[in-house]
Amino acid sequence: MRAAGFFYALAGLFALCVPLLGIYPVFMMKLLCFAMFACAYNLLLGFSGMLSFGHAAFFGSSAYATAWLATAQGWGAAPAILAGIAVSALVGLIVGVIAIRRRGIYFAMITLALAQLIYFVCLEAPFTGGENGLQGVPRGSLFGVIPLRSDVVMYYLVLAAFLAQFVFIRRVVQSPFGQVLKAIRENEPRAVSLGYDINRYRLVAFVLSAALAGLAGSLKALLLGFATLSDVQQANSGEVILMTLLGGAGTFFGPVIGAAVVVTLQEYLSDIVGGWVTVIIGAVFIACVLAFRRGIIGELTALLRRRFRP
Amino acid sequence: MTEIFGIPVAVILGQLMLGLVNGSFYAMLSLGLAVIFGLMGVVNFAHGAFYTLGAFAALLGLQWLGINYWAALVIAPLAVGLIGIVVERLFLRHLYKLDPLYGLLMTFGLALVFEGSLHQLFGASGQSYPVPGALQGAMNLGFMILPIYRAWVIVVSVAVCFSTWFIIERTSVGATLRAATENAPLLQAFGVNVPLLMVATYGGGVALAALAGVLSAPVIVVSPQMGSSLVIVVFAVVVIGGMGSILGAIISGLTLGVVEGFTKVIYPEASNIVVFVIMALVLILRPAGLFGRE
Repeated sequence: MRAAGFFYALAGLFALCVPLLGIYPVFMMKLLCFAMFACAYNLLLGFSGMLSFGHAAFFGSSAYATAWLATAQGWGAAPAILAGIAVSALVGLIVGVIAIRRRGIYFAMITLALAQLIYFVCLEAPFTGGENGLQGVPRGSLFGVIPLRSDVVMYYLVLAAFLAQFVFIRRVVQSPFGQVLKAIRENEPRAVSLGYDINRYRLVAFVLSAALAGLAGSLKALLLGFATLSDVQQANSGEVILMTLLGGAGTFFGPVIGAAVVVTLQEYLSDIVGGWVTVIIGAVFIACVLAFRRGIIGELTALLRRRFRP
Repeated sequence: MTEIFGIPVAVILGQLMLGLVNGSFYAMLSLGLAVIFGLMGVVNFAHGAFYTLGAFAALLGLQWLGINYWAALVIAPLAVGLIGIVVERLFLRHLYKLDPLYGLLMTFGLALVFEGSLHQLFGASGQSYPVPGALQGAMNLGFMILPIYRAWVIVVSVAVCFSTWFIIERTSVGATLRAATENAPLLQAFGVNVPLLMVATYGGGVALAALAGVLSAPVIVVSPQMGSSLVIVVFAVVVIGGMGSILGAIISGLTLGVVEGFTKVIYPEASNIVVFVIMALVLILRPAGLFGRE
């Protein structure tokens, strides 16, 4: 446990110093956004055992909502983000109510199909800008006081949101509610026999995960200044699964590592290998499923445990 | 010209025809998915990629080797089926003991690899495949113009679907296959080579997807992403039909194609989403699917 504390302190220090280290802040912000997305997804896959194949729908719908409100309606950053979260929670509620009727692979296929429906809505709705999406979204200012135009200020806002979300997810997982989710994941019939209304727990977990994914989407739309179809695309749903799986589903910090690896791969590898990056991501996916299903953090912890067994 | 709701009947029939063509592809693909899932417990996300590979095999066979359509109809499914067999031996067989979700994720990665490679090698724009000489032109039925190739697609795929159904439900090979679906270890104890059965099933299901790809090549643009959105629609079709039933997969595939075609006439904006909306309704009313049992 002390090692974990030391690790978090080191990671926190690094995150605080990013603007001083000469790392491109927009890249770090993007990374943090996808880390938030993956952590939100992990709440579902890792801690509740539900594999959603449609999380881009929540990330994307809130990105679109925030972008539209900030651009066409002139809303400030905070209300636009909150509204984005509300939209993704609502979409999550609708998708969740339908999808939790089935389990396992059916659940995955249903979320995939419903997310595709939302993709087409974003493509064809009159206010989403069709193929181009919504461009030139202003960052505005926080509460009308702190202007967010500077990348450094924006970076600290995203970092604060990330930390808040990280702590929140930890609290949820360790709460009695999180324990029930874990019980459902481990042994559903037993959870039923103990008298838990499992579908309600599943639905709440689903909506929570959707809303948190929405927070990531909103921030992404503000910091990069656009919401496009790639936010709601199936590929985006696939990537968040990969991030979570690669880092370690069911570990707190795994998705962050996974997101860091995937975003860095996309950012720097695409300069070298161009479009082959999709192929590489696919190959990483296959390797992940075949060789290390516990993910980077999961495998590392298992290794350490074996090494230092008392 | 007769009209219904102000839309000429010929237009409606033409769209229904197109819908039936799409429905044939849905039926062939969901049939393969259902058979593979039934026996192996793997939801084959790469099914759309294999469909694309089938179309590309036909296209490249024609361009590079001069293999004509009729030969491609046989060779392309065989070649893609062979790829499927390699995939099963290399990757999938390690996943049977695990949660089916891992199979879904692995084949998703596989689809990315196949589609990404095709995209890099042949570009995103896509190419057209000529309609074979014997099937060019159209018949005038009096009330509508029927392009011969489309009629051919429907006839072939219905024939293929029902012979697959016949093999599985009415022959001894099919009986063995169904037995393996029910209880593979027991069947193996009786001396049946179950791993061989699984390879054959995966190869066969994938070949079926490739055949759909070859059939579709002359009616659509052959491009790397032609299968990636199709596979999602096919998943919805499978959810609607219920995964357990082969006949259910065929019937719901054809029906949903027609419904989609009909939506194109009445309210074109919704034609992309109508299948998903129907899926949502079916799940609310009858969660196991129309032909499913639970």
